[in-house]
Amino acid sequence: MPPSDSSQALIEATDRGLVCAAGGFVIDPWKQTSVALITHAHADHARRVADIYYAAESAVPLLRRRLGEDIDVRGVRFGESLSFNDTRVSFHPAGHVLGSAQIRVEHRDDVWVFTGDFKRDHDPSCEAFELVPCDTLITEATFALPVYRWEPGAVVAREIFDWWQQMKTAERPAVLFAYSLGKAQRVLAELTAFTDEEVFLHGAVYPLTEIYREAGIRMLPVRPVDLSDKEADYRGRLVIAPPGASGSAWMRRFRNASTGFCSGWMRVRGNRRRRGYDRGFVLSDHADWPGLLTTIEECGARHVLTTHGQAAALVRYLREKGMDAAELTTRFSAEGESDGDSA
Amino acid sequence: MKAFSQLYQTLDQTTSTNAKVAAMSAYFDEAPARDAAWAVYFLSGRRLKRLVGAARLREWLIDMSDLPAWLVEETYASVGDLAETIALLLSRPKLDLDTLSLADWVEQRLLPLRGIDAEEQRPQVTAWWSGQSYESCYIVTKLLTGALRVGVSQTLLARAVAEHAGLERAVILHRLMGEWTPDAEYWQALIAADDGQAALSRPFPFCLAAPLEAESQTLDETLGDVSAWLAEWKWDGIRSQLVRRGGETFLWSRGEELIGERFPEITAMAEHLVDGTVLDGEILPWNAEGVMPFAELQRRIGRKQVGKKLLKDVPCRFLAYDLLEHHGEDLRDQPLSVRRTLLEDTVRTALSVMADAAVRAGDESSARLALSSTLPSLNWKDLATLREDSRARGVEGLMLKSLDSPYGTGRKRGTWWKWKIDPYTVDAVMIYAQAGHGRRANLFTDYTFAVWDGDRLVPVAKAYSGLDNAEIGRLDKWIRRHTRERFGPVRSVEPVHVFELAFEGINLSTRHKSGIAVRFPRISRWRHDLAPKDADSLESVKRLIAAPVRSGGTGESADEDSKGRPSRQQVT
Repeated sequence: MPPSDSSQALIEATDRGLVCAAGGFVIDPWKQTSVALITHAHADHARRVADIYYAAESAVPLLRRRLGEDIDVRGVRFGESLSFNDTRVSFHPAGHVLGSAQIRVEHRDDVWVFTGDFKRDHDPSCEAFELVPCDTLITEATFALPVYRWEPGAVVAREIFDWWQQMKTAERPAVLFAYSLGKAQRVLAELTAFTDEEVFLHGAVYPLTEIYREAGIRMLPVRPVDLSDKEADYRGRLVIAPPGASGSAWMRRFRNASTGFCSGWMRVRGNRRRRGYDRGFVLSDHADWPGLLTTIEECGARHVLTTHGQAAALVRYLREKGMDAAELTTRFSAEGESDGDSA
Repeated sequence: MKAFSQLYQTLDQTTSTNAKVAAMSAYFDEAPARDAAWAVYFLSGRRLKRLVGAARLREWLIDMSDLPAWLVEETYASVGDLAETIALLLSRPKLDLDTLSLADWVEQRLLPLRGIDAEEQRPQVTAWWSGQSYESCYIVTKLLTGALRVGVSQTLLARAVAEHAGLERAVILHRLMGEWTPDAEYWQALIAADDGQAALSRPFPFCLAAPLEAESQTLDETLGDVSAWLAEWKWDGIRSQLVRRGGETFLWSRGEELIGERFPEITAMAEHLVDGTVLDGEILPWNAEGVMPFAELQRRIGRKQVGKKLLKDVPCRFLAYDLLEHHGEDLRDQPLSVRRTLLEDTVRTALSVMADAAVRAGDESSARLALSSTLPSLNWKDLATLREDSRARGVEGLMLKSLDSPYGTGRKRGTWWKWKIDPYTVDAVMIYAQAGHGRRANLFTDYTFAVWDGDRLVPVAKAYSGLDNAEIGRLDKWIRRHTRERFGPVRSVEPVHVFELAFEGINLSTRHKSGIAVRFPRISRWRHDLAPKDADSLESVKRLIAAPVRSGGTGESADEDSKGRPSRQQVT
């Protein structure tokens, strides 16, 4: 839905992705296209559908790992200005995961910013969010209800550490479910404040963690869970695995384990109880409600468009505050779905 | 309150029953008697009688939140729990100055709310909300709004108290039954050495039946010789215990509510019972023609005070099928065969006393008590044939009870079976969806289904259960993407998906748009093979309402499944 006082929307949500016709590129495309600008390497934003990819430099190894070593991807420095036809494009840190970017597109006097997924909280495992002034902001709205407010990551890491130590006393494994790209590494980085003990990683988490380490992120030492080692003793050890491993045969080796899940969705008790985790840790890589409102206000946008999440509520709230806001239909993980790649 | 709040968190943060028992037992080791009594009260699912209405709490929440009312409502719908929504929106991180104990909180702060009006309540309650940490705010509001629901069963709680007190779990279970005042005295009595003296009013824990899935041909193998079993009809009424002790009568529902006031004819009848008698049985609406539909009984359940007309329109009787206490002696360890003989004796004696009273004083008690008669069980095949007759007799099937079994506690497999007839089914289209509560918060799990009335879809049932988690997940995603309109938390969706619904009973109803009410509706399967046009019509559904053949007292029996709590009844 184009803003009302602009003759043509610079970026439009179509069934191909967020299309910028003036620049001849598509942001986070979900159908075949020639030029793709990628905000970050999570599966709902980065698909193998483009001839050429542009992404933040630190996202390139992650993209290659996810989409294939043979993709044609060009690393862009944060803040570097690129020309696509008569548009100017730059990438700015989104603070979501390593190499996550907001994409700024300027065409004549009109400046648009797509936040991709973002957060403003401190995170030692990725570049810090940068506020980018614009005329039109396209923002994510995953957690756009006022109950979603985050505590600092260090506070949550302390809870995770305490739980791990309780399991050490109880001689039980502590299996923490966290998204394999971003959340797992953030936890490993935050935990360096409390310990230097080695952590076991699921096979899906390990290679991505190595990419983070090569990028210079300081994290706890790790070791992949050895599938052939039937005698391994995991009592009192912390194991990090993707949520998909919950309830799988892989879990059987951790007898009598206490399970925890790291996600913004854990803010609501029913979400945790439904999944049957013992502990829910409220740690999200998305903006919380105050984070969304602050960003919308501070970037100075006259028009706000929302993508995935509790978008309807945010849009209505902004409109009642007198802002020009509308909802975009995208294929990023939808409202309330608690199984997205990165929540 | 801190210790109790900590206990709550611990219970909430583990799925291991051993860990839960250990946490409760440790709490009881430390807690003062008054706190322990209140903890038992709340953990056993009891709640404070309503102090402040939910609507009022929401209104205060909206005012305090500084958010538009619709947004608070939408947030509440997403969270699915009012106390949690309040704590999430209003509590302050880590602020905890609370030094009051659980008992003091309840007795000095919560209960005194009853005596004062809303304007006086408001500043107190809202100060508790904004002046506390999440944990304290949540637990206080939870106690204010209803039951705790923290995944602790009566049995687990009894295990923990028994562990703390060094007593048998069964003793504790029995002492937890019924009505009691949560104070230090009660707690001391709860953990006191077993003196074998049950309190006067206290009922016994109910023995429940497990569903029998086997085919009649295989019953010889699964249940063995038919002569080892007692067969009765399975009735659809209110399972209850009639306690006559110390010259007083106590009528208990399975939900542990005293319901004597609602059934004055049964309480009056019980005066003719010998002191020290406890009967297990079923309350059924029963007129001169026999048993009446459950819907009639519902008219009685709804009223605390029963008027003369209703008493006349829907007379009730107590159908006895077990004797738990005889002349003050606990019979539960005796085999059913012995209990049954004594039961027949007891009921016959009582009925003859009542017959005398009827002659002398026009007393109608003899019509208020009946013995659940046993069915002739020569072989399983004959029983299966009898069972086919259930619907026409207004019963739900058969009960099978092992003749040498003691009266167990809870749902033990192997001694009591309910052998129900297949439910009614219809194919209906989903038209509305709503997010659930508790662990189903933020997930569309409550659906409304419709059938065709001409070219219109009319809602006939709401159902919440029957789909597995994967199906719920798929449906949830689909609903979010195919919402037509929103009415508060309810969404209308495109009428696309057809489901087979099962239900136990169906009656005409003036309260429902469709003109019918169904009993215990649930989803039996997702009919991917059917298009909306293939769903049933209202007319075909109404045809299911056949006049049942009245059973007129031919066979009367036990029913395990009647809920003591009428609110579980689900009709649209």
